[in-house]
Amino acid sequence: MTKDRWQLGEEDILALEIGAGILGTGGGGNPYLVKLRALEILRAGHKMEIISLASLRDDAKIVPLGGIGAPIVGIERIKEGSEGVRALRALEAHLGFRADALACQEIGGANSMEPLIIAAQAGIPVVDCDGMGRAFPEMQMTTYSIYGHCSTPSAMADPHGNIVVFDQAITEVFHERMARAVVVAQGGSSTLALAPMSGAFTKRAAIPNSYSNAIALGRAILDAQSAGEDPVTAARACTGAKLAFKGKITDLKREISGGFVRGGLTIEGFENWQGQTGDIELQNEFLVFRRNGKTEVIVPDLVVVLDADDGTPLSTDMLRYGQRIAVLSIPANPLLKTPEALEVIGPKAFGYATSS
Amino acid sequence: MTPKSVNRLRIGIDVGGTNTDAVVMEGRQVLAAVKAPTTSDVTSGIQDALERVIAQAQVSHSQIGHVMIGTTHFTNAIVERKNLSEVAAIRLGLPAAACLPPMVDWPTDLRAAIGGHRYMLKGGFEYDGRVLSELDVDGLAEIANDIIKKGIGAAAITSIFGPVNDDMERRARDILQSLLPGLDIVLSSQIGRIGLLERESAAIMNAALLDLSNSTISAFEGAISTSGLTCGFSITQNDGTLMEADMVRRYPVMTFASGPTNSLRGATFLTNLRNAIVVDVGGTTSDIGILAEGFPRQASSTVDIGGVRTNFRMPDILAIGVGGGSIVAEDGTRVGPVSVGHKIASEAMVFGGTALTATDVAVGSGVTNIGAPSRVTNLQPDLLKTALQTIHQQIERGVDRCRVSADPLPVIAVGGGAFLLPDHLGDLEVIRPENASVANAVGAAIAQVSGEVDRIFNLEGATRETALAAAEDEARNRAIQAGAIPQSIEVVEREDVPLAYLPGNATRIRVRVVGDMEGLL
Repeated sequence: MTKDRWQLGEEDILALEIGAGILGTGGGGNPYLVKLRALEILRAGHKMEIISLASLRDDAKIVPLGGIGAPIVGIERIKEGSEGVRALRALEAHLGFRADALACQEIGGANSMEPLIIAAQAGIPVVDCDGMGRAFPEMQMTTYSIYGHCSTPSAMADPHGNIVVFDQAITEVFHERMARAVVVAQGGSSTLALAPMSGAFTKRAAIPNSYSNAIALGRAILDAQSAGEDPVTAARACTGAKLAFKGKITDLKREISGGFVRGGLTIEGFENWQGQTGDIELQNEFLVFRRNGKTEVIVPDLVVVLDADDGTPLSTDMLRYGQRIAVLSIPANPLLKTPEALEVIGPKAFGYATSS
Repeated sequence: MTPKSVNRLRIGIDVGGTNTDAVVMEGRQVLAAVKAPTTSDVTSGIQDALERVIAQAQVSHSQIGHVMIGTTHFTNAIVERKNLSEVAAIRLGLPAAACLPPMVDWPTDLRAAIGGHRYMLKGGFEYDGRVLSELDVDGLAEIANDIIKKGIGAAAITSIFGPVNDDMERRARDILQSLLPGLDIVLSSQIGRIGLLERESAAIMNAALLDLSNSTISAFEGAISTSGLTCGFSITQNDGTLMEADMVRRYPVMTFASGPTNSLRGATFLTNLRNAIVVDVGGTTSDIGILAEGFPRQASSTVDIGGVRTNFRMPDILAIGVGGGSIVAEDGTRVGPVSVGHKIASEAMVFGGTALTATDVAVGSGVTNIGAPSRVTNLQPDLLKTALQTIHQQIERGVDRCRVSADPLPVIAVGGGAFLLPDHLGDLEVIRPENASVANAVGAAIAQVSGEVDRIFNLEGATRETALAAAEDEARNRAIQAGAIPQSIEVVEREDVPLAYLPGNATRIRVRVVGDMEGLL
């Protein structure tokens, strides 16, 4: 009964904005602008198509791609608009192939819509999958890389028209490091197309149904808001999430360290959590939630922070002292919990002891 | 002890859609308060209110040291798409941002109301101050020709990363001004913070309002001098602080949310409550906001004005569709959102009309006594009871949505329709201060002045502390320029957000200071 190929419309994009914001776990960038771009693309008559993971031919060539850079640059120096297609075409020219479809690397935040826009411009579909099931700070933190995809050669494009091809990186971490340096030179916000994956590999390594799930999640929240029902409850019903805590932010620390935001927040509980204290540690994304000093949720499981009253997902830069928040925990996809995955995106990889 | 010394009195005026309210204040004391209908020319309504309030206070004109005006005039112009000028929206930044042209996320009717003239040129800066593209001087000349051809009177210039470096915006202005000396030009860097579309939209709306702000400020000036006052006057802006009248001529958008802010500030002043829920009942809506430590709680994200996303600092306000002029359904189970609005003075039953409004229900139930109560004596008691219950329920539900905690915060009822609130909303006590109906005008009379800086600082070769100190100095200077007494200035907001994902220690610093207005107590 499942559809193999379908088109997205404006309502899907509006729902995806919310769903992707929740799965961004505080990072991933704000999807508002990329939503506007997606709507412009639809209004210009481009078709935005999704194909199911299961329907991929084993020999299909799937290019993962997305934006790379600082979200705050992205809200001021907005993309020119065809960076992604330029990066894709440069990669295709370099390797001598044509992509059959694009794949999302990060369903959480702004990068959820980037592949949709680029694919619509290029006239190919996007696969209903992603490489994180959430947001992570570094590009090698995808199930694609974890399960053996070598992401070079890759091509990076900026708004000016500059294109850099990374022919070879000896490790994924090296690729990430070189890509960061080039992003800075290009002005802090670029688009990167990675080496193609085979359909067979994608079916094995990708997190399935990412777009369908994120759109359903967003739609549930929007429906709850318009029906005057509790959006936090709607989000839980839709994701199997657990309500971990409700409280008011009483301390907030954010500092820069190695080009990343690190810090944490302390929450004083209310309602069922009256008299209890929660704290969250963040490194671009929310990574650890503790209740009364004891770890309850830890990366790769998702720590989601919502406005307690209207269910709006809050990113780390939207946090304010005194804000009333709800903390949700969503279990990560099993692909993020294998030993080889935990090595890259598990607690230790972010500097946390695994037990508390 | 102290006699009413010369120039010690303040007049606060709130020019609303329906009423113009005025108060005379000495120190913390309200000497007199009046309400006058807002007139279409604005001037005569203000003049009327001024003359009456001065007479009622029994003071001489020379004792008035300053007049503070709060107005929703400019917000209403955007919301109603009225009295707007056509604007050339010019963005410097190509090739970047080409995919989202100016006004892309505006409602179509508002875009059409200001002509929809949009231009994108090369120019702008990168986040670290490097040049993004050299300024397209020839392109500017072509735009100038187009402006002449189309007869456009105002322009808004927005450069990418203009708040980091405003050099290209200024150069573009100088070039356009030399070609078109009569053109009114607004620069985005003088209006807002980082966030291209929001800042650009604010600059465009500002340009569209320049003609209106000029005539409105002149009308204010005229009303004040005709009333025989010789003192200066200021206008309140979004955060309840003051702007010089001449600044408002140039930056009318800065007044957008001043109405709710003034009512919240007035409510805290009249009750001495620093933490409370404030319900301001107007003719069409009730605006519910939260006071936290004496200041309005700010909205955490962007705020829509007439359907346009902006990033101004604004109070978090929930507007519900119940006000004094709300139409009551026949069986009383529905009240609002349809309202007779400013026509309440002729259309409500107690004022001789035929529409059954929330005010008629309140008068018929004996909650308040205005107009001609005899005109509503034959309303069914059941209807009155049901309708009053409906009104109370709607307000209670709105207040519940705004509550920040289980703590029983007091509810302060203000505005012309404050009588629509019961004495208790659930477990919350409702407080009705003296002069509640003119809380907005009081809020205007007690406004302070402010200064703000919001920029990306590069911390290479500097410490976080020196950068914060530099930002604070800049904010202080801006407050002093706006008329603050230097000794009274305090920092109300200091925030640094490191730029994620970028090496090089670039940090966005935002500092905001407020201080007391010079020439006041």
